[in-house]
Amino acid sequence: MTSTVRRLLLLLPTLFGVSIVVFLLLRLIPGDPAQVIMGLRATPEGLAAITRDLGLDLPLHEQYVRWLGALFSGDFGRDYRSNVPVTQLLATRLPVTLELTLLSLLLALIVAVPLGVRAAVHPNGIADKAASVLGLIGISIPDFWLGILLVLVFSLTLGMFPSSGFVPFSDGIFANLRAFALPALTLATGLSAVLVRVTRSAVTEVLSRDFVRFLKAKGLPPRAIINRHVLRNASVPIITVIGMQFGYLLGGAVIVEQVFDLPGVGSLIVTATMERNYPVVQAGMLVVALLFILVNLGTDLLYAWLNPRLRGGAR
Amino acid sequence: MSLLEVNHLRTEFETGGNWQEAVSDISFDLAGGEALGLVGESGCGKSTVAFSLMRLLPGNARLAGGRIGFDGKDLADIGEDEMRRMRGGRIGMMFQNPMTALDPAFRIGSQIGETLQTHLDVDRKEARRMALELLRSVAIPAAEERLDAYPHELSGGMRQRAALAIAIACRPRLLIADEPTTALDVTIQAQILRLIRTLLIEERGAGVLLITHDLGVVAHTCDRVAIMYAGEIVETGTVASVFANPLHPYTQALLEAAPNARTPRGSLATIPGRVPALGMRPSGCRFRGRCAFERPDCADPSGPPRVRLDKHREVACVLHAA
Amino acid sequence: MSMAASSRLRALSKPTPAAIGAAIVLLLAALAVLAPYISPYDSESMDFNAVLSPPSLAHLFGTDNFGRDVLTRALFGLRVSLIAAIGSVAAAMVVGVPLGLLAGYRRGFVDAVIMRPVDVIMAFPAIVLVVALAGVFRQSLGLMTLAIGFVYFPIIVRVMRGAAIEVSDALFVEGARARGASRVRIMARHVLPNAITPVLVQASALMGVAILMEAAISFIGLGVQPPTPSLGLMLSDGRSYMGDAPWLVICPGLGILVAVLGFNLMGDGLPRLLDAANRRRK
Repeated sequence: MTSTVRRLLLLLPTLFGVSIVVFLLLRLIPGDPAQVIMGLRATPEGLAAITRDLGLDLPLHEQYVRWLGALFSGDFGRDYRSNVPVTQLLATRLPVTLELTLLSLLLALIVAVPLGVRAAVHPNGIADKAASVLGLIGISIPDFWLGILLVLVFSLTLGMFPSSGFVPFSDGIFANLRAFALPALTLATGLSAVLVRVTRSAVTEVLSRDFVRFLKAKGLPPRAIINRHVLRNASVPIITVIGMQFGYLLGGAVIVEQVFDLPGVGSLIVTATMERNYPVVQAGMLVVALLFILVNLGTDLLYAWLNPRLRGGAR
Repeated sequence: MSLLEVNHLRTEFETGGNWQEAVSDISFDLAGGEALGLVGESGCGKSTVAFSLMRLLPGNARLAGGRIGFDGKDLADIGEDEMRRMRGGRIGMMFQNPMTALDPAFRIGSQIGETLQTHLDVDRKEARRMALELLRSVAIPAAEERLDAYPHELSGGMRQRAALAIAIACRPRLLIADEPTTALDVTIQAQILRLIRTLLIEERGAGVLLITHDLGVVAHTCDRVAIMYAGEIVETGTVASVFANPLHPYTQALLEAAPNARTPRGSLATIPGRVPALGMRPSGCRFRGRCAFERPDCADPSGPPRVRLDKHREVACVLHAA
Repeated sequence: MSMAASSRLRALSKPTPAAIGAAIVLLLAALAVLAPYISPYDSESMDFNAVLSPPSLAHLFGTDNFGRDVLTRALFGLRVSLIAAIGSVAAAMVVGVPLGLLAGYRRGFVDAVIMRPVDVIMAFPAIVLVVALAGVFRQSLGLMTLAIGFVYFPIIVRVMRGAAIEVSDALFVEGARARGASRVRIMARHVLPNAITPVLVQASALMGVAILMEAAISFIGLGVQPPTPSLGLMLSDGRSYMGDAPWLVICPGLGILVAVLGFNLMGDGLPRLLDAANRRRK
């Protein structure tokens, strides 16, 4: 699979650029970074320790090399406020964000794909109208507002779900999912809107192709034509969009974690930003960007697998 | 005893809110072991006839009347589920463009196999074995490898053979082939037509309805021919009699435009004027305006008389009225 | 011809989604501009006799915990939203259009030099980057607007580049080259006007996205700072009281929704509108 290797190589410049941006972030702040990191609690000893740790007295390029080297050995730096390694913070925060985004993705797929397909199969039908409304409202509604409204209705008024907070998986899957229900629904809405639009137009396009008529002429039941053939062919644009929208999910998680008080990477970044806790901000940004890049790579590979014409080489 | 008996078939298209007839009052029949060519310029409604028979008309078209007798049933009247089992089962169909007729995302073997599994009570393994046999029967070289090939890995001719394999997979009694060779080059054309004749007519006594604009293809493949113009059949007869002695001025013009009708390279482009568009068709005889022998009575709104000359021969033209 | 003309007339007389969107945008823009003159109260004046009062004739959308009129504050918040959206999209266009044009027309090395950094910016989810930038430069409306513009200019670059590549191969561009027109002139006079349509469509969609972004950033406390009224800020303030005073969260959210909806509706219909305009010009 040389094409996979090629794709990986193509990522290198982007990864390099991402590391530069994240590295420069701390150095862009006016003033002494050590002072900024320590904030009001700065002591001469503390400042000296940070300067030594980060090599702030070295030239910029040497600082970068040193920082990058540490990253490669798994050292994401230290949270100078709580005095724990950042990797430890990430290890507790990342699973929360991943569960939130994956649940949202799942929810969006379950709703949007069948609705988009129905809308394409019966243009101007009820499903089509529902799809247009979802497609328009879903991309226009602010996710934090939707979250607030859901809390207003489902927790404050109906008492069906907790209004905020995180329940770890170890407390039982049901309690865990209950805590994630409203956040996942909030985050899924925007994605569903995009997905329903893409699914509808992709399926409409595939339905107009010649081979669908030939499948009908073969006597295949309509359901088999849609589920087996049309969806398979329409999946290429749908998956491409899912890959692109994963960044949107990660970004949305920043807001939604804030609304529902979930201890994920997003709220970690926001809190750290407010406290000017830069090593933590940097680590959070790196992880999010890496995740996004990895998902896009995965999408690319899946795309090639789904589209036989792009599959490399011999058969 | 006819295999297929089409009576007074009418098909309408919706354009700008009105329904307009694309196929008007068409009748023909087809016996087992016989190939009928349905010939005309593009836009004459011949493909619409094919899709009407299969009940696969697009959303803006509808069957407006007539009877399609097949297998003791009226296809215009049976339920959709029964019709679906006819398609690919008792009736096979082939399309013009082999490049787009197969699903690009599935292997050839699975596309043949799913037809078999839809209509026959066979498991996956058996379907695969039968698919291989079918690929061999349509003379695809290295059939075993092709079973696992994707359509894009095959040439146009190979794909059309695969499409033929699908169309005949369940041993249909009738094959409807809509311009099956138009997109292919001459030698491949001849091979495919040969295959259709051998596999369906000679080996199985099935009927073939071949839709084409190419008189050469008809001469090469068919026993009888029906000439269509502007949604109507203007002349029918055996290929030998029609080609030797065309009676309708349109048929004559067609044959003149394709001087080497015996080579599969006819073209209908050289008749003056164009097939009138839907809704612009003249009253009376629809060939008016393009016909070299036009007379005042051609405009009679009841249309030209249908003159039957022998068992197979019929022509719709005032010139031949008794 | 008359048939086509009459069908166009019919299309015009029936309000299309795009027309509805444009109407919403115009109405909201007028409200935002006129806010100081039409709003019933002063946006910052507090009335401790009317704290958290529900919607009434005196206060159509109720009052907040300081007794401020929610409708008035929402109108001023809308001003902030629109300023941020117009400013950030304008900034993204000013930077993105020339860069995209250059990358698409010159290709090769120039293309790579422009596009690699663009890829890097797009490797971050937009909001994460805005949050980080907001942290570095501290909160002010102007800087936040620029930060949002910075995060979205890569999208403009990509769309502009794609359109420029397509147009650059067209015959009339070849012709201009053959006539010896200068590179800048070809790009500005021939490529740009013929490639700008998708960029404008994208810009209209970005207006909605930018409104959402401003509101989100202000909502989490990294954007506009109190007492400046911002729809996002009103939502986060109102959240503490929403059990007793749900109007505090309903009015500002509805304002954001309607504004974004307007731009999205307009963007959906824009390609057809611009196409028609182009054809009339030719």
